[in-house]
Amino acid sequence: MNIMSNRMINILVPVISILLGLLVGAVVMLISDYNPITGYIALWNGIFGDSYAIGETIRQISPYLLAGLAVAFAFRSGLFNIGVEGQLIVGWFAAAYVGMAFDLPKIIHLPFALIAAAVAGALWGLVPGILKATLKVHEVIVTIMMNYIALHVVNALIKTLSGGGFKLERIHESASLRSEFLSNLTDYSTLHYGIFVALAMVVVMWFILEKTKTGYELKSVGYNDHAARYAGMSANKNIVLAMVISGAFAGLGGAMEALGTFGNMSSMGGFTGIGFDGIAVALLGANTPLGVIFGATLFGSLKYGANNMPNEAGIPVEIVSIIIALVIFFVACGYIIRVGLIRLRNKKEAK
Amino acid sequence: MKKRKFGLAMSLVLAAGTMLAACGSDDKGKNDEGEKPAAGGSGEKSEFSIAMVTDVGGIDDKSFNQSAWKGVKEFGEDQGWEKGTGGYDYLQSTGPEDYTTNLNNLARRDFNLIYGVGFLMEDAIEDIAAQQKDTQFSIIDGEVDAPNVASILFKEQEGGYLAGVAAGLMTKSDKIGFIGGMDNPVIERFEAGFLEGVKAVKPEIKVDSKYVGAFDKAELGKAEAGRMYSSGVDIIFHAAGGTGNGIFSEAKERKQADKDAYVWVIGVDSDQYEEGKVGDDNITLTSMLKRVDVAVKDIADLSMAGNFPGGETKVYGLQDDGLGLADSRGAIPQDVLDQIDEHAQKIANGEIEVPEFVEKKK
Repeated sequence: MNIMSNRMINILVPVISILLGLLVGAVVMLISDYNPITGYIALWNGIFGDSYAIGETIRQISPYLLAGLAVAFAFRSGLFNIGVEGQLIVGWFAAAYVGMAFDLPKIIHLPFALIAAAVAGALWGLVPGILKATLKVHEVIVTIMMNYIALHVVNALIKTLSGGGFKLERIHESASLRSEFLSNLTDYSTLHYGIFVALAMVVVMWFILEKTKTGYELKSVGYNDHAARYAGMSANKNIVLAMVISGAFAGLGGAMEALGTFGNMSSMGGFTGIGFDGIAVALLGANTPLGVIFGATLFGSLKYGANNMPNEAGIPVEIVSIIIALVIFFVACGYIIRVGLIRLRNKKEAK
Repeated sequence: MKKRKFGLAMSLVLAAGTMLAACGSDDKGKNDEGEKPAAGGSGEKSEFSIAMVTDVGGIDDKSFNQSAWKGVKEFGEDQGWEKGTGGYDYLQSTGPEDYTTNLNNLARRDFNLIYGVGFLMEDAIEDIAAQQKDTQFSIIDGEVDAPNVASILFKEQEGGYLAGVAAGLMTKSDKIGFIGGMDNPVIERFEAGFLEGVKAVKPEIKVDSKYVGAFDKAELGKAEAGRMYSSGVDIIFHAAGGTGNGIFSEAKERKQADKDAYVWVIGVDSDQYEEGKVGDDNITLTSMLKRVDVAVKDIADLSMAGNFPGGETKVYGLQDDGLGLADSRGAIPQDVLDQIDEHAQKIANGEIEVPEFVEKKK
């Protein structure tokens, strides 16, 4: 009898990883003298406790989705886009600026703001793309540096535009992704339509990669650029294109924050971290569109639900960060668990 | 296969990075023994309860948030409340995205009065105050125009002025530094007052003024302080929250290496005397107190008595005990202290008007 089919293993691996993470997290809580059971109940309630929590969790997932897509898309073309953070910041700024500076009917204004964010992110991705394609400058270095440039340029722009202040004015209602309907549905949470934009982009990525000639070329360059070149594809063109599309996804991630969650932009003391978490989201999801949904959901829920642990169970934020990191750590280690399970199965079969 | 292995390695590195990053901030929690959060405290429920949401610094940032928490805690203890729902409590924010969530969580736990600590929370307070109309909010260092929000502002320039006078009179090298956190209107008031104070006693000194761009980056504060001390600066005034801890450690290292080194730090917000201890010496000249705790208790008193100043802005200055200098514990000689008092008198009776903005910028 084959108790452990491959399908079974596929389901077991993430479950075991998460359980292991929670287990080690529980030990951490025990050592530091907190009750792990109340702690995890608080975490659960923070994610799924009531309609408000669910709304906020979904809201938190949207930017992670887009950041994850951005990283995954570049990965599939063989590029490490570490610059998602910077592309997200410029996208955030572009959306917030367009939302604030123009006064248009909603049907034009909202798409305009979204497109502005995507274009800004794309431009920020274009620079490392071109440098990589023409001069073979490694994109990791360029994108990391572009993050700092984005952060400080945007801070400076905010200061100038607001006349020495530290934040932009609120965006006009016509550019907002916020929705009274979703908000009422979830007991005044800040849930906004951004999640639909993000999910639409998941489909877009899948479509580009799986259903178009461009996508085929992008993937080929990712697998083996020498072979792709031999087959008559332009590796350079595809590198630039991949970075631009990746940047556009990231820019839209910034628009989620600008048009949905915050409604404006304040000057930042440091990175948001969403772009960097996007790398982990993409890798957890094996760089596939569907996998990114899984990764973003995990990251978003843990990130938002964690807030409730200090609130309900009185566990300090520092311990909470360790627990969340542990869960993600074990999920990332899923490969080891898979190997273990397969060994176990083979042993049983041998008997 | 190769690719897969690489992916695995990459994820491991990232996950490890996340963990290490989490460990890095772990030592923050050490100091608050005895005030371990015991949510859902079993204390008897009172009619009235207060809570606060901190900025990213946390309640042990040795400065702004800590001072606010001191006010909340002392007020609660005076009433005989326990920490937790129905008494007094706080939530810490790890980033701007937590503000609304934390405020909302506290409002849902039915606290009557909730403080948002820091001007960055303006928008969040505005949003939540519109949703939770039965809860009273108070924003510190910011202004929100809503009937259930009381805004608290300070005349930081007056305190900064006194710190400037102290620095101007105490410097030996005639070089003085100022290190700010983020460049915003609040911190600019510290700087403007400080520059004015130095100018009042030593007009020829040009203060070396720098903003590091963050309130929670001690390493940046340390680097900047290192540069300033090396260039001959002997007194640094900081208005940088947790970043300031780096300035203290730089000064302490210099004092430790050379007991006769003339290096001083002027602390901010809370009395930072404890931060400056190096063996038997201390490098804290004095601290410019911003009595957030006084303001917090004041608003809580008013609210409890039914006179909550909703929709109003209360400005705390030198006269209201909202600001001042901490006990220097002998670091500043009596004749200098007398001169500082003179200046304080003049500010209090309106003879000196300290500007809010730094001149060259406006």
